[in-house]
Amino acid sequence: MITDLPDEAFTEPWQARLFAMAQVACSSMDRPWDAFRHRLKAAIAEQPDRPYYDSWMVALEQLTGCSPPDG
Amino acid sequence: MSEGHHHAREKSPSELRTMALEALLVERGLISTDAVDAVVEQFQNEIGPRRGARMVARAWVDPAYRERLLADGTAAAAEMGYGGAQGERLVCVANTPDTHNAIVCTLCSCYPWPVLGVPPVWYKSPPYRARMVREPRAVLREFGLELPETTAIRIWDSSAEVRYIVLPMRPDGTEHLDEEGLADLVTRDCMIGVAVPGVTEGVAA
Repeated sequence: MITDLPDEAFTEPWQARLFAMAQVACSSMDRPWDAFRHRLKAAIAEQPDRPYYDSWMVALEQLTGCSPPDG
Repeated sequence: MSEGHHHAREKSPSELRTMALEALLVERGLISTDAVDAVVEQFQNEIGPRRGARMVARAWVDPAYRERLLADGTAAAAEMGYGGAQGERLVCVANTPDTHNAIVCTLCSCYPWPVLGVPPVWYKSPPYRARMVREPRAVLREFGLELPETTAIRIWDSSAEVRYIVLPMRPDGTEHLDEEGLADLVTRDCMIGVAVPGVTEGVAA
């Protein structure tokens, strides 16, 4: 059920950080928010069952062209 | 899918990757830790559904504001000091006895941040995004909102250009409340459209 899912915006502090990082990166790169949103939409469509903030991370890595080496 | 959340000291792979990405973006000069802190803090303390609730309460007591809100949501929010939209327009849709409105973003998670804050986990979930369009009446019932069959349900799908907010109907029995008291009745869910403001027994008494 939808109502069994968390009611909070973030379930872990790193999600709030990632959320903010995308906004700061967009504005410092002088890109419109839509540039990020497009990538988020694509990342969600690509793997609909991936946890939401993991898709957000993929979108942010694509927008910035920065990816940490796989640990 | 494991439900095993560990709240111990160990960090999840996503948390570790976020930390690594933040360090990398700082190194490349694309973000600063202070700027990220500031945004996190702003959404924690300042930007949230209380803003939308104040707009709704104002619209309930001031017919001229209501008209401005329905004509141009972005301007009506700015009038209250609520800006910071990312280039999109805010559109307010009003519930009536005949029509109930609710919002969704079917493709990702668009949401009127400047007036509602960050959306809840369920709003961003695949089942809400899919089912709210396909079977809104059933979804609303799960939220405990049973609408008369004669009430039409309109679902507003957010997009790059437009973010929606629902203006609920003012409940009966609230004539004695001032604007702040009215705003207390307006929950985030009322402005998403999965609830309607109720007069709790405590308030009505």
